[in-house]
Amino acid sequence: MKIIFNYLIFPGFLFSACVGLIAGWFDRKVTARIQWRKGPPWHQNFTDIIKLLGKETIIPEGAKLTFLLSPYLGLLSAVLAATILGKSMLLPLESFLGDLIVILYLLIMPAVAIILGASSSRNPFASLGASREMKLVLGYELPFILAIVAVIIKSAGSIQLGSILNHQINYGSHIASYSGIVAFIVAIFCIQAKLGFVPFDAPEAEQEIMAGTLIEYSGLPLAIFRLTKAVLLYTLPLFLIILFLGKDTSIVWFLAKYIGILVIIILIKNTNPRLRIDQALRFFWGPLTVLAIIALGLALFGL
Amino acid sequence: MDLKTKALTKSLWVFHAATSPCNNCDIEILDLLTPRHDVERFGMVLVGSVRQADVLLVTGVPNFKTKERLKKLYAQAAKPCLVVAIGGCACGRIMFRESYNSPCAVDEIIPVDAYIPGCPPKPEAIIAGVVKLIEKVRKQL
Repeated sequence: MKIIFNYLIFPGFLFSACVGLIAGWFDRKVTARIQWRKGPPWHQNFTDIIKLLGKETIIPEGAKLTFLLSPYLGLLSAVLAATILGKSMLLPLESFLGDLIVILYLLIMPAVAIILGASSSRNPFASLGASREMKLVLGYELPFILAIVAVIIKSAGSIQLGSILNHQINYGSHIASYSGIVAFIVAIFCIQAKLGFVPFDAPEAEQEIMAGTLIEYSGLPLAIFRLTKAVLLYTLPLFLIILFLGKDTSIVWFLAKYIGILVIIILIKNTNPRLRIDQALRFFWGPLTVLAIIALGLALFGL
Repeated sequence: MDLKTKALTKSLWVFHAATSPCNNCDIEILDLLTPRHDVERFGMVLVGSVRQADVLLVTGVPNFKTKERLKKLYAQAAKPCLVVAIGGCACGRIMFRESYNSPCAVDEIIPVDAYIPGCPPKPEAIIAGVVKLIEKVRKQL
């Protein structure tokens, strides 16, 4: 009973979706202010979701069953990640051994869901978007995992979120060290790509391949993909907070850190042009991987 | 008026179908997204795929080629999909009425919900037209 409550309401689906949708509005509003516009009202993303639920769902001719199932795969795993992260934030002692690895796998699943859905929709633009998404996943996973390994080394080889948090509560946040700040910079760029925000939004490039991976989606499945994006917008900054900024977990500090990371992401989004997919791949496997290895080395020397 | 209609009128996603216009109306439409007229205040955004669109903005006179495309585009859109004809050409073909390459007007191909005349219509006129469209939708559904 408690597990179901945790999964569906707090800190799972309902809570993370609401926070994510409000964060999405925050993103749109800040973007609008940067462009000297006024921006939408705060309930805009909720209205979008409700509207999409009321629209017709079109299934393209010859599409496989995965076309309709893959949005659920993405949402379920994103919500599961949000639940585990939220629980380990609230009760650090109750987390299980190895949940960091589970989270890493769960956070890849939304991208896999997008690839599956796009490639089963039989649209050339969608398959182009899917191939770009695949390359992007291959690109950002390497530096992201290296940055996380640096965190694991710093917190005395622990792969449990609760003990990483406890380590930081006892010895100070990881970001306050040289290796921590380098790894944090790497991780910020990686979650930018995981969220599909602008320098790395080649899979959904509106101007070249229309809506890319989401081109054939309408109605309910599109609403679920948007909810997945919203849940990720809550989950990924929360993951970074647990890994790098775990010193003080009171609500006020948590909100400050969350909004800080959100603002960094939005500013990167608004001040950069879109990278071509080969440029993005070169960026991730070149400079970012080197930075991540430097962070790893610094962590090994205890800096 | 139910929740569905209310949500629809508050978040209209727009797909821009240019059926051989002279690009004047297109520039006025893009003007709506700029800081001065910012229609994102009302939840309107341009979307890339017609599957996700709630409003089909049609500009220009359909010719033999774009006529078929427009028909297909409307069939591909998820219903309810509203159609707005922007500019004199899309509303009534004005001076291209007798042209050899203009088989029919937009409303003879697909049902049009709102007409916004002008050559090109000012952004204010387009916003006024969309407000009338929303009032119409609220009465209809």
